[in-house]
Amino acid sequence: MTMPLIGSDALSYAEALPPDWPGSFWAHIFFWVILLILFITVIVLLFTWLERRWLGRLQIRPGPNRAGPFGLLQPIADVFKLLLKEDIVPDKADKWVHWLAPVVALAPALLVFAVIPFQDGALLADLNIGILFILAVSSMVVIGVFMAGWGSSNKYSLLGAMRTIAQEISYEIPLVLSIVGVIIISGTLSLNEMVKAQQDVAFIFVQPLGFIIYITAALAEVARTPFDLIEADSELVAGFHTEYSGMKFALFFLVEYAETLAVAAIATTLFLGGWQGPFLPPWMWFIIKLFAVFMFIIWVRGTLPRLRIDQVMGFAWKFLLPLALINVVITGVEVLAWPDAPLLALGIINLVVAAVLVLLMSKLFKLGGGRVPV
Amino acid sequence: MTAALSAPDLAARLEKEFPGAIVESNADSLVVDSVKLPDIASFLKNTPELDFDYLTNLTAVDYKEHFELVYHLLSISRNHSLTLKTRCYDRENPTVPSLVALWNAADLQEREVYDLFGIVFSGHPNMKRIFLWEGFPGYPLRKDFGDGV
Amino acid sequence: MAFKTEHFMLNVGPQHPSTHGVFRMRFTLDGEVIVDLEPIFGYLHRGIEKLAEDRTYTQNIPFTDRLDYLASMTSNQAYCMAVEKLAGITVPERAEYIRVIMSELQRIASHLAGIGFFLQDLGAFMTPLLYMFREREKIVDLFDMVCGQRLNYNYLRFGGLSQDIPPEFIPALKKLVNALPGFIDEYDRLISENEVFLVRTKGVGILSREMAISSAAAGPVLRGSDVNWDIRKSNPYSVYDRFEFDIPVAKTGDSFDRYWVRLQEMRQSVRIIEQAIEQLPEGDVQAKVSRLLKPPAGDAYVSIEGPKGEIGFYLVSDGSVKPYRWRVRPPCFINLTTLRDIIIGWKVADAMVIFGSIDIVLGEVDR
Repeated sequence: MTMPLIGSDALSYAEALPPDWPGSFWAHIFFWVILLILFITVIVLLFTWLERRWLGRLQIRPGPNRAGPFGLLQPIADVFKLLLKEDIVPDKADKWVHWLAPVVALAPALLVFAVIPFQDGALLADLNIGILFILAVSSMVVIGVFMAGWGSSNKYSLLGAMRTIAQEISYEIPLVLSIVGVIIISGTLSLNEMVKAQQDVAFIFVQPLGFIIYITAALAEVARTPFDLIEADSELVAGFHTEYSGMKFALFFLVEYAETLAVAAIATTLFLGGWQGPFLPPWMWFIIKLFAVFMFIIWVRGTLPRLRIDQVMGFAWKFLLPLALINVVITGVEVLAWPDAPLLALGIINLVVAAVLVLLMSKLFKLGGGRVPV
Repeated sequence: MTAALSAPDLAARLEKEFPGAIVESNADSLVVDSVKLPDIASFLKNTPELDFDYLTNLTAVDYKEHFELVYHLLSISRNHSLTLKTRCYDRENPTVPSLVALWNAADLQEREVYDLFGIVFSGHPNMKRIFLWEGFPGYPLRKDFGDGV
Repeated sequence: MAFKTEHFMLNVGPQHPSTHGVFRMRFTLDGEVIVDLEPIFGYLHRGIEKLAEDRTYTQNIPFTDRLDYLASMTSNQAYCMAVEKLAGITVPERAEYIRVIMSELQRIASHLAGIGFFLQDLGAFMTPLLYMFREREKIVDLFDMVCGQRLNYNYLRFGGLSQDIPPEFIPALKKLVNALPGFIDEYDRLISENEVFLVRTKGVGILSREMAISSAAAGPVLRGSDVNWDIRKSNPYSVYDRFEFDIPVAKTGDSFDRYWVRLQEMRQSVRIIEQAIEQLPEGDVQAKVSRLLKPPAGDAYVSIEGPKGEIGFYLVSDGSVKPYRWRVRPPCFINLTTLRDIIIGWKVADAMVIFGSIDIVLGEVDR
């Protein structure tokens, strides 16, 4: 019946399924894959709509409001437009690399959702190393992006791709370290267990500094303002996807939003209590929190200008990395010294520490760089 | 109020420094010999009580029998102005010394005059056409442009 | 093993989101650092100076609208003043006051667009631009009220204006002028202290005082480089000598200073408009000028302080109905003289910031 696919506890999690669940392991996989792809597509469509409406509201304009009620059908219209557009491949492009890039980028962006719990036990695979899986898989998107930049044989694309590599690899480190704090406190790597550990207090209150570092690094990971240098429209036209059109462009678009969705989902799961919440069904809480994080990301986009590449890198290495390291050390010491401390007490200590550290670091932190003598 | 310097007064003074360089001086402009132009311009710029540090405008006019180059000079520190002119009688290979070394502002404007009038500024570091493409037939702002078409 | 690297060329424009039209720059890059830059002009060259030689003086007023199309009123004014000087026309006092009101409104509108696009170049996705356009829209509505046009106004005539302001204009203007300082404060609060904005603009693209003067930079670019020079003060034309206002001057000459000067200038413009509304006399707005103007032979150069800098007209008349030579002193074009020197050594991202801080309009650069 069930076969151990990943890890040794495949059987146990098959047992953990709700009783009325289709029993077979493969039925489970099949059902979830379809559901996840549908879920991602629908949410991404909703995200594009929400982004434009919400940005419009921030920018004192209505946003798309012609297609359907409140412009809700606008994403559908866009999808049709993109599907019908001609697919242009530049003459000098590396055809295979150019063709493969969107696929390579899309696969890991979708894989992330395999381990995200929508409610208790409702997930494709409850890996006992779930968070490691996410971190490993999500950094593979960079390869697809770099293939796109390299294969297009366009200088803007190449510059965008080089920035991608530099930026995403740098921000991976504070991102991982900010999550380590959560792992220490919850004592597990499984995302479902982490959500359960937030029964009483969401980890955003226990790990405020971790959350700030995570959300900042995540913005850089998915190339959102103020770290959107990869596709900086005022400098690089469209960055790595300058030479993409039609369906391939749509795939990159999907990747970009799926990544944002993944980041929002991870933030929800790790810091905002995942599917936990009163009154409403758990999966609905999960989606509400998802949208809240996404709206925060758009809010940042509507507010801040873009940083320069050396400033972005300096920020990762000189500001976020030390803070993340200090956060890990402090959390570790707390857990060792006071093993059964109430989470709220830890939270209050961490909040004070975070405030002091952030203020102190912003005083000490100076962005270098500037004119290079040539 | 920006005071326009009296050209005749200045002409008398320049005549002493550069004998024979002043072609003409009337109420509002000073016409100098194009050969002596860089020296006179340098004198105007570097003499403390003149101190023309700002080249406002540089252009040319095609008077059919000659080109006239017009330099509107200004002194920011002393707030006075002067219209300096020079003439170029050669229509085939008109050449005038460049003033880029004195005022950087002449850079693009001399290129513009070259592009549209065909007047070459000797000593300009980058004497290329600016608005029109290389190989554009003729110089549009000359009065005889398009006559033969 | 030592890395072997080589420079590569990056072509920016003429079709590029942040070249403000069809400007083209050819960068030579070392990684992301610009080691050389060649600005390439002419993609919008329409030969206006040649065309103008074949039209009467009055027919040329619309051409001035199409130079700096974000500041048509000041171009109108500079041209009309040049012809008035050439033909010896005096303008009625009421017309002068209305001209001042219009050119100060135009200055605010132009600076709003300039700051908005500057922030757009910085990567602030459209929000500041749309906020700026909220106020610019109101100013454009006022222009629409007086001349029926929203972009190319063609409002001024030799010796006055094409028509007097309508009675509903002054109340609408007063309403706007009362509201503007609040809006400018809002921008100041939102932008000038934004950390990201500061690190991107402070110290970036420094234009030294000597360089600014030698290159005949004008307007906010000149005043951002610690030169206290504004033609409204140094050579008060029209009725500017009757108003009290200050000239904002910044010290370092970086991109932030150019932005800051623009922001402060808007406040001063509001002050001027307030005083002009109070002093606005009754009377004619048009002097008696022959329909087919034939200025006496001669030449005249008149320059005024436009939003982008000193906009001047050098006209040569041969006594006929058409100008013999019609030359614009284009502030946008001349401000670009230093572009190469201040961009070299910065990164591609900074190049857009520096370029945006100069605030050009291609219609005037290429003519």
